[in-house]
Amino acid sequence: MHDAPAGVLTDIYGEEEYWDDLRRVTGGQTDEALARMTIRASAALPAWMNTHGVKFQPSLTGTLSLGRTNAFFLGGGKALVNAYFAAAERIGVKILYDTEVTGLVMQDGTVRAVTAVSRGFPLTLRARSVVVASGGFQANIEWLRDYWGKAANNFIIRGTPFAQGTVLKDLLAQGVQQVGDATQCHAVAIDARAPKFDGGIVTRLDCVPFSIVVDRTGQRFYDEGEDVWPKRYAIWGRLVAQCADQIAYAVIDSKARSLFMPSVFPAITAMSIAELAVQLGIDPHALEATVARYNHAVQPGQFDPNRLDDCRTVGLTPPKTHWAQTIDTPPFIGYPLRPGITFTYLGVRVNERAEVLMQDGKPAANLWASGEIMAGNILGKGYLAGFGMTIGTVFGRIAGAQAARHARN
Amino acid sequence: MLEIKAVSTETMAESQRIMEICNACRYCEGLCAVFPAMTLHREFSSTDLGHLANLCHNCKGCYYACQYAPPHPFGVNVPATFALLRDETYRDHVWPRPLAQAFERNGTIVGIVTAVGFTTVLFLLGLLSAPGTLSHAWIGPDAFYRVIPWAAMAITASVTLLFSLLALFIGGRSYWLVSGTKRRVPLRAIRAGLHDAATLTNLGGGGYGCNESDAAFSMTRRYLHHAMAYGFLLCFAATTTASFYAYALHWPAPYPWFSLPVLLGSLGGVGLIIGTFGLMALKFTADRAPAARVLAGSDFALLALLFLSAASGILLLLLRNSAAMGILLGVHLGFILSLFILLPYSKFVHGIYRTLALIRAAADRDMRKTN
Repeated sequence: MHDAPAGVLTDIYGEEEYWDDLRRVTGGQTDEALARMTIRASAALPAWMNTHGVKFQPSLTGTLSLGRTNAFFLGGGKALVNAYFAAAERIGVKILYDTEVTGLVMQDGTVRAVTAVSRGFPLTLRARSVVVASGGFQANIEWLRDYWGKAANNFIIRGTPFAQGTVLKDLLAQGVQQVGDATQCHAVAIDARAPKFDGGIVTRLDCVPFSIVVDRTGQRFYDEGEDVWPKRYAIWGRLVAQCADQIAYAVIDSKARSLFMPSVFPAITAMSIAELAVQLGIDPHALEATVARYNHAVQPGQFDPNRLDDCRTVGLTPPKTHWAQTIDTPPFIGYPLRPGITFTYLGVRVNERAEVLMQDGKPAANLWASGEIMAGNILGKGYLAGFGMTIGTVFGRIAGAQAARHARN
Repeated sequence: MLEIKAVSTETMAESQRIMEICNACRYCEGLCAVFPAMTLHREFSSTDLGHLANLCHNCKGCYYACQYAPPHPFGVNVPATFALLRDETYRDHVWPRPLAQAFERNGTIVGIVTAVGFTTVLFLLGLLSAPGTLSHAWIGPDAFYRVIPWAAMAITASVTLLFSLLALFIGGRSYWLVSGTKRRVPLRAIRAGLHDAATLTNLGGGGYGCNESDAAFSMTRRYLHHAMAYGFLLCFAATTTASFYAYALHWPAPYPWFSLPVLLGSLGGVGLIIGTFGLMALKFTADRAPAARVLAGSDFALLALLFLSAASGILLLLLRNSAAMGILLGVHLGFILSLFILLPYSKFVHGIYRTLALIRAAADRDMRKTN
């Protein structure tokens, strides 16, 4: 949030608009008090991050209208984490690398010990204060299968393979209050050719609003032009996950080619729709019919990729409500899409002091949480670009300060 | 003119693969000139890649920021790959062409040429000078020319230097024809490119410096390179003023301590010594992962040669009134002769191509802005 242009951020992004955006994407699955506190605290984050070595840069080339709402850090997430590790080491924090926490030993709402495996050796740590920031369970395909069945086998995990949810599962089994829907995860439609884990940002495809998206049978299934991409890309993973075999195909023509950032994988191109369908493995007649129906329904309008324009279809189900241009100029281009899982929503409940709450509603004596493991308190559904970082940074600061105060007393 | 090659070498193919990954990520855009220049392309030809590689100042910021760097299976390593690709462009544009092999084992070549140049000067000195000349403590005007005749010194220096400057010019021209821009370059873009080259803005990692041994940023390398580069220019200025004094004003060397040539030369020499020594020391402590190991010899050889040239010059200045002057003069001129010969066939050429790449990048930026 910023009430005036600040650093790399342009214009104004005030509390009410931010809250409005959040309420809309979560469909009300949020905690207003925690959410507003987070939004207000976000205004101070760029300066704090800066003093801890994080550098910002102007909005990246090719990102859609994000300069107002999102501050990009220079070098991306790894550079951010490098800066934080360096800052922590400077003030004498000892960091154990190649170490996995396997569980917390809890007794009457107090953490007595933390068990871990460090460089292959078992380790027991005792501490006055414990902060968990161990993320969700999105890389645990077996756990995902509990809710998604066999479909989970076709999910691609966008980030680290280490997000196994070990600590989360352990805490929920020891009387910590749960928050968020266990069956839900943030899923984006990404290039189907991505590696199973850690493909990251380069596997994303921003072409959906300028395309039509069809399933394996060549049929459209959702309004591709519903809203600007930053506010819509998070629903497309789920949409593709619901398709047969969890696969879909975005189809554009050469007019749309340079309107979005390319994914790292080469575009699949052909001089006719039928030929493209063959390359994608779709029935050519079905795809031709879908494209013809769509082209027929496209209305004339003033095309503008940077705002909700008036290019739409009429008499088509489902409709395409913005950026609808005919697909008629070869070469035609296709990209295969699969659900890319970013994070899961299941977490531990916390209060405004980042204290982890037990099932009886009382806070645990010496346990705080930050990041994805508690983000479900505020973000119960959907996503706002950069909001995971915001929650993590706001609650990381609170949890750190509270834990330090408790340890010192 | 060189034909524009399809992506041919292994390094070229690897550069292409990496740039396609980077172009889909773009989080390094604020780090240096390479990534904004990259976003102008959707596909990368070998000439685009050559341009991007020569724009890279090897600050390594992107390596430490990169989530796709090893051990990620994508194994993205921009600094090491671009260092190798730059070296290939040096070979492509060297003049005369057969000397491309000089970049094959450049460290060894530089070492051998230096050794030969240096011993030849000393040998001729011993052979041609009258007995006792070398060990005599000459003082006063013309002292240097008592040891090495003025004509021999002047002719050797100007012939080798002029040839090298010609070779550098032809190489730079060849590079520009392939990796430059076909559009007219506005004056302000030339000014911007020269400014970036002179300030090493791009060794700033977005304003915070380079990475050396780990993810921490430091301005050390930028400042050391400044000491070396400006030291080199000051020495060059010293030589030029001295020539002017000698030939136009008929005031032969050696010059007094507070004369312009000696002041410029001493300042430049000290800068060169600090810069080259510091840069060599940095290479020992630097992280090897983002470095192209096969090029270490080339890097070290030029640094060492510059260091020896400067150090022998300073020593000559300090001991010029002693009996050691004769030998020291021979040693110093031996190094200088080797340096002159090697300018177009050593890492020195990076300065030319880098500057041209920066000018093209500035011109591209300019065009993007005015469109």
